[in-house]
Amino acid sequence: MNLTLRVWRQPSAERPGRMVTYNVNDISPDASFLEMLDVLNEELILAGDEPIAFDHDCREGICGMCGLMINGVAHGPERATTTCQLHMRHFSDGDTIDVEPWRAAAFPVVKDLVVNRGAFDTIIGAGGYITAPTGAAPEAHATPVPKPDADAAFEAATCIGCGACVAACPNGSAMLFTAAKVGHLGLLPQGQPERDARVLDMIDAHDAAGFGGCTNAGECTTVCPKGIPLTLIGRLNGDYRHALR
Amino acid sequence: MDLYVEGAPIADRATPDGPIETRWERRQFSAKLVNPANRRKLSVIVVGTGLAGGSAAATLAEAGYRVRSYCYQDSPRRAHSIAAQGGINAAKNYRNDGDSVYRLFYDTVKGGDFRARESNVYRLAQVSANIIDQCVAQGVPFAREYGGLLDNRSFGGTQVSRTFYARGQTGQQLLLGAYQAMERQIAAGTIEMFARHEMLDLVVVDGRARGVVVRDLVTGEVSTDIADAVVLASGGYGNVFFLSTNAKGCNVTATWRAHRKGAYFANPCYTQIHPTCIPESGTHQSKLTLMSESLRNDGRVWVPKVAGDDRAPGDIPESDRDYYLERIYPAFGNLVPRDIASRAAKNVCDEGRGVGPGGLGVYLDFAGALERLGRPAVEEKYGNLFEMYQRITGEDPYRVPMRIYPAVHYTMGGLWVDYDLQSTIPGLFVIGEANFSDHGANRLGASALMQGLADGYFVLPNTINDYLAAGPFGDIAADHPAVASARQAVSERLAALLAVDGDRTVDSFHRELGHVMWEYCGMERTEEGLTKALGLIRGLRDEFWARVKVPGTGAELNQNLEKAGRVADFFELAELMCIDALHRRESCGGHFRAESQTADGEALRHDDEFGYVAAWEHAVERPVLHKETLDFAYVHPSTRSYK
Repeated sequence: MNLTLRVWRQPSAERPGRMVTYNVNDISPDASFLEMLDVLNEELILAGDEPIAFDHDCREGICGMCGLMINGVAHGPERATTTCQLHMRHFSDGDTIDVEPWRAAAFPVVKDLVVNRGAFDTIIGAGGYITAPTGAAPEAHATPVPKPDADAAFEAATCIGCGACVAACPNGSAMLFTAAKVGHLGLLPQGQPERDARVLDMIDAHDAAGFGGCTNAGECTTVCPKGIPLTLIGRLNGDYRHALR
Repeated sequence: MDLYVEGAPIADRATPDGPIETRWERRQFSAKLVNPANRRKLSVIVVGTGLAGGSAAATLAEAGYRVRSYCYQDSPRRAHSIAAQGGINAAKNYRNDGDSVYRLFYDTVKGGDFRARESNVYRLAQVSANIIDQCVAQGVPFAREYGGLLDNRSFGGTQVSRTFYARGQTGQQLLLGAYQAMERQIAAGTIEMFARHEMLDLVVVDGRARGVVVRDLVTGEVSTDIADAVVLASGGYGNVFFLSTNAKGCNVTATWRAHRKGAYFANPCYTQIHPTCIPESGTHQSKLTLMSESLRNDGRVWVPKVAGDDRAPGDIPESDRDYYLERIYPAFGNLVPRDIASRAAKNVCDEGRGVGPGGLGVYLDFAGALERLGRPAVEEKYGNLFEMYQRITGEDPYRVPMRIYPAVHYTMGGLWVDYDLQSTIPGLFVIGEANFSDHGANRLGASALMQGLADGYFVLPNTINDYLAAGPFGDIAADHPAVASARQAVSERLAALLAVDGDRTVDSFHRELGHVMWEYCGMERTEEGLTKALGLIRGLRDEFWARVKVPGTGAELNQNLEKAGRVADFFELAELMCIDALHRRESCGGHFRAESQTADGEALRHDDEFGYVAAWEHAVERPVLHKETLDFAYVHPSTRSYK
């Protein structure tokens, strides 16, 4: 496949960026999107140009480190897919593809396609845990968890923290990310003692980090590589209201 | 010239004598304690935030130590433990199928082909049950049965069901548990977190590990950080093969730099080739993806009976199929340990019976399971794995059998540690995959997660106090000669990599090194091949330093500079791996020497000659071999048979 790429280049957070056009040729349809960028970078290096910086690590869709806006869609055209798991067979020979970083006030660009998602860690640190210091745990079977609750908690817990939800949201909101953790822990009996404080503190941290509010646009769940459902935001709102009472 | 010299034997002096059942309890009692008020005066650096590093950082901070944590990723939640799929073992005996601490111990020693230290393995089995309790308390959403209790499944190399799991994302859920515990401590100010930082050297002052040299990957700034102890939890070195199931950033630099500063490196040739990975699809391939071993619970492995049978799998009748694992190993069938399953796949492919492009693949067929259990049950168990397979290959495994092939997955070797998990440098502790300790020559499935969390939650936090009790070890100025010279050396090396300005990319060298290692130090090793590999590696390393091209500068985010430093260290490690593999003239676990096999092609150990841990000391000319003799007082070494 031969493709034209228009890629966001920005040398550092302080300096302005712009779209730059590149041609890449002879790409295998079985290559992943990131492998296609690898090929381009190898060519750029040998040509004496600066290769394109992008985040990635596991390349199997679980670490959450990769994430690109591809033709304006977070993680590209395939549903429920991370950028690293998007394969070139979903594009056509001759396509022009726009590649940009996540764009959100709370995710400043570091370089080219790399952004700083540290605000997610801050939200988790504000309450996205169960206080269970090592050694203090009761026997695992002491508290049975109904299977439907355990399964629902697992579904929420599959969030990989990639930030696609924020990038897709017209408000730059991280409500789906926050709701996934609130839902995961709130669905389990172990998470009940801190349930009220958790949702209040996490929402405070969310707002303080510069994420916008949720207006039920639903773009987040559409692009989420793990299919985290919008209903979790409803659940978060319920928890929040309950905690304020 | 000989490749190495032999030095004095080495011994683990931290293990108490006496009955194995009470050794850990007695060691915890004999270890000096640090009172809670004094812990605030002691600082510990933890490098890496995977299951071992994350759990250790959180636990040490909860205990009151001042912890500083480093990872190269943008967040501690991304460490590659997150990609572990299948599960975590624990001797809970919830299934009433005869499991016990002793059986888990026995299975692990046997699975490791009698090349692990008994005391460590016994302790691992003992704390395994606590890990499950801890994780459940943290909210890890393990799979449950309708009664609300935890579900289990079985894994290769065992005949009991002791593996706890969270769909095919067990590593993710366990890591998020440790990460959340860490974030709680970060918010509380007891852990200072440095993401996007890479450790590039160890600082040793007066014989003690006192700190690290790190590079801020965003600004490029090189700085030193001094503490009372250093914990390396930086993972394994499988990426020396370029293509592996490791994340792209996984590297040996932290442990290799510590090795160069005096920490012995043990059993580097013990690498695990995982039998169930998605085969390579082309030259663009940047990594390989594992399909969980749990698939072998229900999937049946087969190839055509006759070489060159290129019919579609559905057109090959039962009578023309060879379910070779079930045929050769009737007792364990498709659930033989990884080393055996991988070599069997290689053998049938060598016979020309492999399937898919290049004949490098075997079928993993779920037709029987789909018929027996129905599609919903199969989806429930393996849904995400099937989706992942389909996404990568474009084929639907509900309709056609998966194609799988072995790939490098895990490294049993690592820095040598004693029972306290302390390396040969006082104050340097090594946990998780980065150490060599518990898996011998072959790791059983679902045991990596167990070991990482055992080390981080329960072992290290109860041994490091014995060392720290003598501290604090005093302030060290930034211009102390040992500190300044370490920082200087790192800066000079970075400058040297940039200065070559040659005509080949870092990746092209890494790929070539990987080919050499896979070809000659992979699933089957020979004297001739390893000797050849040594020459190739040395030539390639010289070429690297003469021709590599690293664009950009050191004072910015420069991903190629990061890679170049890692690949430079892989060259040195690769050489030691080949020397270790050459010296070990026996087959054991993941190390198969073609010269040492039984009449029917199984691995042949030589316990009298090689029943030891090979701990290598770095030296300018040739590495020095120190042997730790392994005593088997409980599990008597026998020929591992899964037939």
